[in-house]
Amino acid sequence: MHAESSSSATHGPGEVVLRLAGITKRFGPLLANDAISLDLHRGEVLALLGENGAGKTTLMNILFGHYVADAGEISVFGQVLPPGSPKAALAQGIGMVHQHFTLADNLTVLDNVMLGTEPLWRAASRRAEGRKKLAELSESFGLAVKPDARVADLSVGERQRVEILKALYRDARILILDEPTAVLTPQETEALFATLQKLVARGLAIIFISHKLHEVMAVSRRVIVLRQGKLVAERVTSTTDRHELAELMVGRPIPEPKVEPMPRGAAVLQLTGVGVDDPKSGRRLLQDASLTLHGGEIVGIAGVSGNGQSTLADLVSGMVKPGRGKVALFGEEIHFFDPAIMVEYGIARIPEDRHVQGLVGDLSLEENLISARYRAAPFSKRGLIDWKSVRDFANRVIADYDVRCSGPQATTRLLSGGNMQKLILGREMAEAPRVILANQPSRGLDIGAVAYVHRRLLEARAAGAGILLISEDLDELLALADRVVVMHRGRVSLPLTRGHIAIRELGLMMAGHGFAEEGGSHAA
Amino acid sequence: MRLEPRTETGIGLRLAAPIAAVAASFLVAALLVLIGGASPFAVFAAVIKGALGSQFAFLETLTRATPLIFTGLAAAIAFRARLWNIGGEAQLYAGAILTVMLGTGALALPAPVLFPLILAASALAGALLLLGPTILKTRFGVDEVVTTLLLNFIMVLVVSMLLDGPLKDPMGLGWPQSKKVIAEAIWPKLVQGKRLHLGFLIAILAALAVWFVNARTTFGYEMRAVGFNPRAARFAGIPVNWVMAKTALLSGGLAALAGVSEVAGLKGNLTLDLSPGFGYTGIVVAMLAALHPVGVIAAAIFVAAMFVGADAMSRTVGVPNYIANVMVATALLTMVAAMLFTRFRLRRG
Amino acid sequence: MEAIEILFTASLWAAAIRIASPLIFATLGELICERAGVLNLGIEGIMTVGAFAGWVAVYHGADLWSGIAIAALAGAAFGLLHGFMTIPLGLSQHVTGIGVTLLATSLTYYAYRLVFPEVTSPPKIEPFAPFEIPLLSQIPFFGEALFRQTPLTYLAFISVLLVAYVLYRTPIGLAVRTVGENPATVEAQGIDVTLVRMGAVAVGSAFMAIGGAFLTMSAFNSFYFDMVNGRGWICIALVVFGSWRPGKALLGAILFAAFDAYQLRLQQLAGAYVPYQVFLMLPYVLSILALIVMSRRAGYPRALMLAYRKGER
Repeated sequence: MHAESSSSATHGPGEVVLRLAGITKRFGPLLANDAISLDLHRGEVLALLGENGAGKTTLMNILFGHYVADAGEISVFGQVLPPGSPKAALAQGIGMVHQHFTLADNLTVLDNVMLGTEPLWRAASRRAEGRKKLAELSESFGLAVKPDARVADLSVGERQRVEILKALYRDARILILDEPTAVLTPQETEALFATLQKLVARGLAIIFISHKLHEVMAVSRRVIVLRQGKLVAERVTSTTDRHELAELMVGRPIPEPKVEPMPRGAAVLQLTGVGVDDPKSGRRLLQDASLTLHGGEIVGIAGVSGNGQSTLADLVSGMVKPGRGKVALFGEEIHFFDPAIMVEYGIARIPEDRHVQGLVGDLSLEENLISARYRAAPFSKRGLIDWKSVRDFANRVIADYDVRCSGPQATTRLLSGGNMQKLILGREMAEAPRVILANQPSRGLDIGAVAYVHRRLLEARAAGAGILLISEDLDELLALADRVVVMHRGRVSLPLTRGHIAIRELGLMMAGHGFAEEGGSHAA
Repeated sequence: MRLEPRTETGIGLRLAAPIAAVAASFLVAALLVLIGGASPFAVFAAVIKGALGSQFAFLETLTRATPLIFTGLAAAIAFRARLWNIGGEAQLYAGAILTVMLGTGALALPAPVLFPLILAASALAGALLLLGPTILKTRFGVDEVVTTLLLNFIMVLVVSMLLDGPLKDPMGLGWPQSKKVIAEAIWPKLVQGKRLHLGFLIAILAALAVWFVNARTTFGYEMRAVGFNPRAARFAGIPVNWVMAKTALLSGGLAALAGVSEVAGLKGNLTLDLSPGFGYTGIVVAMLAALHPVGVIAAAIFVAAMFVGADAMSRTVGVPNYIANVMVATALLTMVAAMLFTRFRLRRG
Repeated sequence: MEAIEILFTASLWAAAIRIASPLIFATLGELICERAGVLNLGIEGIMTVGAFAGWVAVYHGADLWSGIAIAALAGAAFGLLHGFMTIPLGLSQHVTGIGVTLLATSLTYYAYRLVFPEVTSPPKIEPFAPFEIPLLSQIPFFGEALFRQTPLTYLAFISVLLVAYVLYRTPIGLAVRTVGENPATVEAQGIDVTLVRMGAVAVGSAFMAIGGAFLTMSAFNSFYFDMVNGRGWICIALVVFGSWRPGKALLGAILFAAFDAYQLRLQQLAGAYVPYQVFLMLPYVLSILALIVMSRRAGYPRALMLAYRKGER
């Protein structure tokens, strides 16, 4: 993504449309926002940059009324904004495209757009009018949508368009976008940026939250950097660069992970022509997928979420079984798929969602650590659990993996995201696994935790383990992976080797180019 | 206002919940008694006297608590695994039916054989009765609350049918009742001349056993994990459906034991009014005990005291004895709300 | 075959419509609650409260329609209790619902015993009388089946149309449906999730109570203990069977009631061979079967039974 100067960089700033003054917010002992003040001008794209946990989303949630600030004031077009009310924010022209889309899947596009725009006590909804207004906006901003389509049937890019139209339908003058590109292909991202330019040319002001430096450089006129709840810097984008922003974001120079070339070991996991169908709809979730993972290498799996990565992860985790094709572990074909069996084989699985799949939040740390191995020695004998050995194991893991907690009996859901991930790593890596499935391992983690996760994965690789790394973050994949495959509509591409990968090519593959209709491609 | 998770919950706070529940139920009762035109003090005094005021009353309370311990345990075990077993009534009757089928003379066996046989068969009947709805839940996603509830109504009709037919006591002058349980199957009384019987001891033992299973065994661990987060449990390789099935068997079996206890220990035969809602009351007992097996004993005695006391009070002071039901329902709702505040605190904004 | 002939008599279907009426109200009520994402297991207790409150008001001199209004208010009150515990407090909808049923039922019985301390036979009121709709009631077969019912039955049918209209054609209906699918969607559009849900639960509970009142004020004329007898739970199955749609729920209720009316008549025929309890069991068995059949349901509200904590992101 090369830095294009945005058209608004050539114009001077317009009037101040939004002013935050001294916004402070605490959650218990955590100071999420510390006296933050900023201005937003008409016609500009302001980037809010910071790593995960810096306080960007909290600040925008306060602006939109989901939270109430402990101190500070917000004024929109000169008028004070009543706190804690999305209704007030909407009325004063603020629209927000949330990181996790706020759309009702079972309803239509028109339903979602019109919700809340009519007085609740009106006796009949004026849908014909609404349909007309939506069509006009759609045409005017070049955001094509089908009003009667069910949201569940739309692609991610289409859903985002609906979210933007929702805001425009309500005559938003200020638009907040929270990490909008996390789920888009590079081409869709470019299309989004073009849309933002159009909006800004019409006089809207945009706040763009991101932790991705190249995007910030590409699309914004100004950047505000948040770190640990404080506003640490404000720059005009054209006068700064990625390195300065990165240092401001993190506060210290970031070491790049060093990936030593490793001799490739024997094949540890092999998928040949695997097909998996959705039991309810019959849709093909995985089609003729073939892939070989060797010891001592990291294979990265790129692709927009929803193209079969979850199914692949489920397969390797033992949660689903293939309808067609073969799966072999350490050279032997496996016929029975169950999470317990995968654990027996020594496969470490770092799930996509810590809270839902990875940990039982209401159990203690030590109870979570034995969730896969409680049935055997040393943790239990003849059906009785040996809590002492469990405690010892827990203490070891907590020390080894630097899990910040009040002890092995602490309740797990009270841990921070980074510490939860470290706990999961400790649990999965305890038995020196030969195959590791890491599914979005750095999602939602701050830079320190991300670096830790990468370090541990590289250590495992150096010890001879084969790692399957599924990630939405192309930077992460390119930094760590020896080979990269792309998934699209359940198919797996030919692998690309480190050093021979171009982002543009990856982007095209993520959008579906290069996938033959008949039969997948086979791994080298 | 919003709810913020607490970082730790002291034992004081945890005890505050059931105390708040009991206090709330007394308050509501006092209000209702005033509306009814009687004096709350007179009513409460009569209730306490009727429940604990003499050896007779106290033993009666313990007798009344016995089936509640069983159904309370059944509910507690199931609820811990998020299996909403509201079918305690049906399972209790299943146990009672088996007791009467096997224990009224059909089998001529000595007591040491007949006693455990009846226990096992009855528990199995209750267990299987709950297994059905549980499988419907795990396989087909059918909500077990409604299925177990509907089974209660069905079972009452089955009992009625059996008492009109094959189980009818030929010497019963036409009343729908079963034959009497034979001497070898009767559960002995614990105190001469009073109604307290072996069932009470067995119930206590059952509670201790459940406590042990929960705290020390792999099965107890599995039930906890599955109850809190079945998706994570499945991911970890815990056989969720199998755990649910075992939970159902244990829960249903315990509820059935309430039926055995009432028939073989207290009444001596099966009639249509064997259970004045022990299954439902067991749910309240379980919640008041915060699903803790040993707490169930205390909660069951408390609830039994309410009912026994209210019966006695209603004969003397005249306030309808349904006041006990109101108190018990109020205690349930208050307890549920209070438990929330042991986990969360209220914060502004 | 006399057993088959019964199916074609107008009197069977007239009975079916009458038996269906309380089910229609209560099913609509539960449907509204569940569409908003709240499972209301207080239905059995709320129907009991409605049955008693309306009837006792009429016993003390109120006119029938005021009695219905009082029943509705009583139901709404218990609905608000359930709503308060499950929505802002986010407590388990299962346990709270059971608690509300226990509380409502026990309060009803206590109140009954207070008002009527010693009665040998249950006191009576003058219930709704059947109202023959002019012209329509003369149509052969359908006239007798449909148009000679009590006004409360006609209200039930009108309610189905009303609820369907509000749900699908008005802004408030859209809000209710969406809040049961994805509450975050509703909050992000500036609507208060708690208010919409509480409102839905209150209105739904009012309908449930009217369903209960039908039993004491239209179908019969006095109040008995255990009068509701599991109808509430059956209505929960009917909501699932009707895929959370008012029209289908109506059909389900009528089908079910027809079955119930049929088994009553079968009892008279076959009572010598089959114990009467078997016939009485059939409605409950049928409900369980209906639940199983509809288990692969696609239409359930996605956010049903999930507590929404505002600001928890």
